[in-house]
Amino acid sequence: MTNQPVPHTFVVSVEDRPGVLNRVVSLVRRRGFNIESLTVGSTEKRGESRMTMVVRADADTARRVGANLLKLVDVLRVEDVTGAPAVVHELAFIKVRAPLEQRTEVLRICETFRGRVVDLSAATVVVEVTGTQQRVDDLISALGPARIVEMVRTGAVAMLRGGEVESDSQEVAA
Amino acid sequence: MAEGVETVFGYPGGAIMPAYDALPQYPVHHVLVRHEQGASHMADGFARASGKVGVAIATSGPGATNLVTGIATAMMDSSPIVCITGQVPSSVLGSDAFQETDITGVTLPITKHNYLVRRAEEIYPTLREAFHLARSGRPGPVLVDITKDAQQAATELDAPPRPRGHRQERHVLPEEFERALELIEASERPLVLCGQGVLKAQASALLIELAGKSQIPVALTLLGLGAFPASHPLSLGMMGMHGEAWVNQLVQEADLLIALGMRFDDRVTGNLKTFATSARKIHVEVDPSEINKNVKVDVALVADLRVILEQLVPRVRRRERAQWLGRVSELKGDCAVRDIQSLPDRGRLHAAHVIHDLWRLTQGKALVVTDVGQHQMWEAQYYKHERPRQLLTSGGLGTMGFALPAAIGARFAMPDEEIWVVVGDGGFQMTCCELSTAAQEEIKVNVAVINNGYLGMVRQWQEFFYKGNYVATPIRSPDFVKLAEAHGLLGLRVATRAELPEAVQRARECKGTVVIDFRVEQEDSVYPMVPANADLRDMIRRPRPLLESEEIT
Repeated sequence: MTNQPVPHTFVVSVEDRPGVLNRVVSLVRRRGFNIESLTVGSTEKRGESRMTMVVRADADTARRVGANLLKLVDVLRVEDVTGAPAVVHELAFIKVRAPLEQRTEVLRICETFRGRVVDLSAATVVVEVTGTQQRVDDLISALGPARIVEMVRTGAVAMLRGGEVESDSQEVAA
Repeated sequence: MAEGVETVFGYPGGAIMPAYDALPQYPVHHVLVRHEQGASHMADGFARASGKVGVAIATSGPGATNLVTGIATAMMDSSPIVCITGQVPSSVLGSDAFQETDITGVTLPITKHNYLVRRAEEIYPTLREAFHLARSGRPGPVLVDITKDAQQAATELDAPPRPRGHRQERHVLPEEFERALELIEASERPLVLCGQGVLKAQASALLIELAGKSQIPVALTLLGLGAFPASHPLSLGMMGMHGEAWVNQLVQEADLLIALGMRFDDRVTGNLKTFATSARKIHVEVDPSEINKNVKVDVALVADLRVILEQLVPRVRRRERAQWLGRVSELKGDCAVRDIQSLPDRGRLHAAHVIHDLWRLTQGKALVVTDVGQHQMWEAQYYKHERPRQLLTSGGLGTMGFALPAAIGARFAMPDEEIWVVVGDGGFQMTCCELSTAAQEEIKVNVAVINNGYLGMVRQWQEFFYKGNYVATPIRSPDFVKLAEAHGLLGLRVATRAELPEAVQRARECKGTVVIDFRVEQEDSVYPMVPANADLRDMIRRPRPLLESEEIT
């Protein structure tokens, strides 16, 4: 494995306790790890939350990120899914300037990149897009920075593909 | 109680009063400290001396924040302590109530884990888990903050749930183990780097076997001293910034480093780019986050040291390494002539002579607790420790003020050992209020103040690296003899080497705590010295010719 810093995606299962996010973030800060995105949410298990954390790191540092996370008592499992067959998606809302005369073009771009219009007003539309970071980046550049009024991205969430349960037709196309 | 705690170190206050109110119902001895920092250092000293969990108690707000230095000290040196703090009632949490501090927030990065307990029924299971966490895996401090209302409420003690444990992976792949074995067998110039992990894992006997069988010399970290007997022919002494010159030279010449329970601290490695470049490296360590942190290793065995050594010892070949050990003797011989021990004292009192004589007069058997600075390094160089847990010192954090309270803590763990505090005039004044604790508890520790009228280590750096610009390092002290006497204790003063034996004798015979004020050479320095971030070979050596008195003006 090369030792160049690349984004590493960690799936971190944690106990759903007060302060657990604080512990994870405090660890990343004090060890000087370089976090690119972090999402937190509930899971199918009661009392268990899941974080997806993207950290830019070389291979050694990434291993230490994992080892340090596991030292936190509230952390149950850590998996570096970088390079593993996984679905890694994010969601973005993009508010774009779309006066009537440009609206058709905006809608066409959205359709091409599988963006979904979730709000329409006289001057703007809000587009929602989910997908790989690349897909979101592509839509943003197609819409053009000049047109974008406001934007918010969630950061990645990740899940390994396949697994022990029958998984024939369960995969989501990336 | 279920944890077998017999002694706690604490200081009461509003938010912890319900807990104190209940204390007399239990067979626990409470030591009233003079400052909460003393409580956390005492708990730490207790833990380091005994291997058991030390306990400190404080109230909310300033009581809790005063513990912080001791907690950080315990964290850096992996010492198992549990700190229990009172917190304002849960109804006013977060309202900046009187003496409210978010102590779980404050101590987040310097504890293994911490808890805020708001309900009485959570107290028992939380404390159980806290003790378990403090002592298991890589040990460390745990803080339990309990609101006043939770302390006041009554609860039934249920059978507690199993404490949550560690989730570290600790399986060593057989091929990694075999690879380590191969490296050992293939090496011509191996060196063991022995850290505190060896004594924590109680693996000293195994290390002696390993070193003897494969004829591998052993260098020690500051915290590792005692884990391998100093008198053993294969013992090299301490490595690093103020390590023995031959050790640092050998580290650079070795073709294999076997790092056991140590973490390649910057004070050990010097410049990482030039550290042991010709050596393969094996790292045996319980904490996987330490692997490849500072130094890249060829084989990492993440496991309990004891388990690894138990497997390793029978597998290594019996060897003789005449050439390598010859090189060791050669380097040692070269260094010995520069050693201050070979120098006459000329009527002056050198700190190194004080330590050396102390070692001789106590037959090397005392439990020594050192503070931080020059005296700490001289102690490490000249007091030869034969057994684990005979030297307690603040290594990682380098906490001045550690020694006296840590020694008081150690006294409660080891009622029968001879205990000597070796402390500078600066560090002593940081926590000398705990003399009063020692007097009230009627316990005995011997305090050797290495008094040179300077913050000596900083002065030394100013001499070497700041053109002798002695800013803020001259320090005026109270009369330590009178200070001792003010506490009803014996105080003695020693100004020449000739006076030393009698004073030490008197101290040892006295029943109570004794303070000896050693008026040592003011501008002496610790040699050798590897400047921060320098190559280990670039040592500053004691100047030749051997006219000690010429360099000291």
